[in-house]
Amino acid sequence: MRGLRAFWMRLRGLLGAGHDEAELEAELESHLQMHIDDNLRAGMTPKEARRDAVIRLGGMEQTRQAYRERQTLPWMDTLGQDVRFGLRTLGKSPAFTLVAVLTLALGIGANTAIFSIVNGVLLNPLPFPHPEQLVILHESKQNFEFGSVSYPNFQDWRKDNRTFSSMAVSRGYYFSLIGTGVAEQLDGEHITSDFFETLGVAPILGRTFTRAEERPGAGPVVLISEGVWRRKFGGTLDVLGKSITLEGRNYTIIGVIPAKFHLAVWSVRSADVYVPMGQWNNPGLNERGAGLGMRAVARLKPGVSLEQANADMARVTGNLAAAYPDVNKGIQAKLVPLKEQMVGDVRPFLLVLSVAVGFVLLIACVNVASLMLARSTGRMREFAVRTALGASRRRIVRQLLTESLLLAIAAGALGLLLAVSGTHAGLKLLPEALPRADEIGLDLRVLLFTTAISLLAGTLFGLAPALKSSQADPQTALKEGGRGASGIRHRAQSVFVITEMAMALVLLIGAGLMVRSLARLWSVDPGFNPRNVLTFGYTLPPSMINGNPDTIRAAYRSFDDQLAATPGVEAVSQSWGGLPMEGEDDTLFWLDGHPKPANTNGMNGTIIYNVGPDYLRVMGIQLRRGRFFTAHDEEKAPYVGVIDDVFADKYFPGQDPIGKRIVLDGDDRKLEIVGVVSHVKQFGLDADDTQPLRVQLYTAWMQTPDDFTRLAPSGIDEVVRYKGDLGSVMDAIRRTVGQMSNEQMIYNPGTMESAISDSLAERRFAMVLLAVFAVLSLLLASVGIYGVIAYVVGQRTQEIGIRMALGAQRKDVLRLMLWEGMRLALMGIGTGIATALALTRLMTKMLYGVSATDPLTFLGVAVVLMLVAVTACYVPARRATRIDPMRALRAE
Amino acid sequence: MGDKTDIRQGTLALMVLKTLETMGALHGYGIARRIEQTSGDQLSLNYGTLYPALLKLEQEGAISSEWGTSENNRKAKFYKLTRTGKKQLEHEAREWEQANAILARFLSPAEEG
Repeated sequence: MRGLRAFWMRLRGLLGAGHDEAELEAELESHLQMHIDDNLRAGMTPKEARRDAVIRLGGMEQTRQAYRERQTLPWMDTLGQDVRFGLRTLGKSPAFTLVAVLTLALGIGANTAIFSIVNGVLLNPLPFPHPEQLVILHESKQNFEFGSVSYPNFQDWRKDNRTFSSMAVSRGYYFSLIGTGVAEQLDGEHITSDFFETLGVAPILGRTFTRAEERPGAGPVVLISEGVWRRKFGGTLDVLGKSITLEGRNYTIIGVIPAKFHLAVWSVRSADVYVPMGQWNNPGLNERGAGLGMRAVARLKPGVSLEQANADMARVTGNLAAAYPDVNKGIQAKLVPLKEQMVGDVRPFLLVLSVAVGFVLLIACVNVASLMLARSTGRMREFAVRTALGASRRRIVRQLLTESLLLAIAAGALGLLLAVSGTHAGLKLLPEALPRADEIGLDLRVLLFTTAISLLAGTLFGLAPALKSSQADPQTALKEGGRGASGIRHRAQSVFVITEMAMALVLLIGAGLMVRSLARLWSVDPGFNPRNVLTFGYTLPPSMINGNPDTIRAAYRSFDDQLAATPGVEAVSQSWGGLPMEGEDDTLFWLDGHPKPANTNGMNGTIIYNVGPDYLRVMGIQLRRGRFFTAHDEEKAPYVGVIDDVFADKYFPGQDPIGKRIVLDGDDRKLEIVGVVSHVKQFGLDADDTQPLRVQLYTAWMQTPDDFTRLAPSGIDEVVRYKGDLGSVMDAIRRTVGQMSNEQMIYNPGTMESAISDSLAERRFAMVLLAVFAVLSLLLASVGIYGVIAYVVGQRTQEIGIRMALGAQRKDVLRLMLWEGMRLALMGIGTGIATALALTRLMTKMLYGVSATDPLTFLGVAVVLMLVAVTACYVPARRATRIDPMRALRAE
Repeated sequence: MGDKTDIRQGTLALMVLKTLETMGALHGYGIARRIEQTSGDQLSLNYGTLYPALLKLEQEGAISSEWGTSENNRKAKFYKLTRTGKKQLEHEAREWEQANAILARFLSPAEEG
């Protein structure tokens, strides 16, 4: 208490309250007077009396000093002094301050942003209870390691497994919501009963499905999302029991799913509406061998490991293979933890990014260290003077620390701003499949860590020379004219610059490799002409679903005719099944003349496109042999197909495939091959070559088996080749559709070009970020090398003066100074290339058509770096040539 | 701090407090003289060191001060013991005596402290 009170009084004293010095003066004066009075009474002469009194009082100045110190808080006082002085000195060299603060802020900001994102994506748990228990299940089969799970198989998995507490399967579906006016498209999911229980998501209102409601033929019920609830029902509580009309059927609303549920992993996704799986009238639903694009999500029982679950599922699938050898032989369950499934693709990319940004931080630290070093060495004379005037070493160190702290505070504040906006910007660019993107915030620990690291670097190197100078005899330092430890300093700074150059080079090479990969990819022929192709989904009135196939076909013919007559439309085709870069469909077949294989394992797989006669014109695919479909290839005509050249080479090597026949699984008609077309890069420009399933088969849409044709009204794709402005063509198409009836609609419009560019989005994002970091580091490194050369020029002014006085030409001086910089740059480049050779291997996965040690990139980047370095050196080197020898010599 | 005196800082504070207890309100010069007299002129106090000590005691709330007039009609600042100061004095005096007694037993077992 006593101490606290005293502290408070002293704090008040610091602020000017309480006693002032005049009072002490008065008190001391009165003391002297009383003493003198006493002395006089004792018989001294006035002079003696005064002298004695003053002596006994002791050193007045010391008393005053002690009193003053006691009066306030001296260290606080000094701190204030340091801060004021620091601000003044920093203000006196605005260039240094600006560069140091910006450098630090960039390092802190970029790092915090990137590491916040990486942490959030790679390390944070998913927003579900016990997310580590969640796995995604695929059926691994002959052509697809991660294949679709059929509903009958899923039901057996769910029944027979012993390691999962629950399991669910789901499949996306676009529902048309028809009320009054224009029909609306709703994003839907067909799900099995335990879907939300498995994920641990509870409805905010009502309940989820029962197993009985999941079955085909059960009364139609639906769960709606919170968004639909608010938008369509005003968020009222009496929504339960109301009905909603999807595709002409009334579904009873039994629950509302919270808006915060957001997921998109394969078919396991959040949607607007969720209906029981049994409501899906797809004939394939009850086929054990059907691939309908469904994946299962399951929750492991507590304490069960992935290995145990794998073994369990191997048993289950083994039993199924024995029970249904014709379709299930060789089919296994493939388990992938949900987290792995979501971040697996972006992990290498985020890791490369982390390395890159780590380098930027290092460069920033090195730069600040170098700057501080340069600065404090430049101030050695100042420190020497202050030491000579009685400043203690501690005092000088404290002064420097204060300055570093001031820099760090400014940089930290700026860095925080950068980090916040960087995190937001980065999250926007992240793939949508990462559901926690909305929840990732700025990581304060990272911010503190990076700030501390950069600060430490700056302080350490700022202090070293100061300590040295204050240790040294101030006289020597003063005599040397402030060039005391210049040799050591110069060496240290050279090492810094070499390091910076090396790291900048590594980043530039990384960015260069990405640029080259992308350039390679863009020049890859996708096998079709994506320009001026637009795609959209199209539904017929819901009443036609499961209707008469002839009526449906007639409706599509009429739609095609009207669409083709729309201004700006050049060619039109249906496309059901696969669409390049967007989605694929596959089927099994065997060659005619061979017996039907005993099970699906013995059959061959092919990608299948179910298209109209003008598909080739729309997509700009090359016809190699024979013919493509015509309007005559319709339901009553002979069944025909067109294959791609990969198919022809694989199954008919050295033969003419025209006229050959194949049999598709599940279809008893024989299909005659009438043409060969060029291969299309179905799986993307980069990934297609390495896919196991590449053969492609085209069938005529009008020859689709009737039971599939019946499903088409619920939505198939249309592809359109257009000319002119995309927007006006799209408007014209919408008008055409609107005139037909307000029960049919188009949805999900897009272009083939954007599909291609989307398939490269991740790479492009990586390239842009790497390039930004590379340029940033190049900039920092240039500042670094500029600083060194400027310093060298400053230090060697006298020497240069002498050289010039002795007849050296300006160009000699220029060469000398440039060489100084180039030497550093060359060493940096050497180190950088060695480092890059070791590091670029890490990004092999992200490269395409270019080796991780591509000599052209390495060389090109080295040249660029060299040019930048020379330019950075040129400015101070030129200043050296302008040195007036006379003045330089006189200045000493 | 100008530390020419033989008296340690804490000891000086204790002396000041005791002096003020005995004498009542007193000015700095008076306190210094009184300490010298009490010590039988064995202590040579550097008067200057007294003032920071007085300030410290005042900041701690052990003493309070006000300007007044001395016996010789000089303007002087008078210090007097507060309640806190009295308690502090009792406490420190007791501690001092205990410490002294212990030390005395160590140094001269023959002489009873």
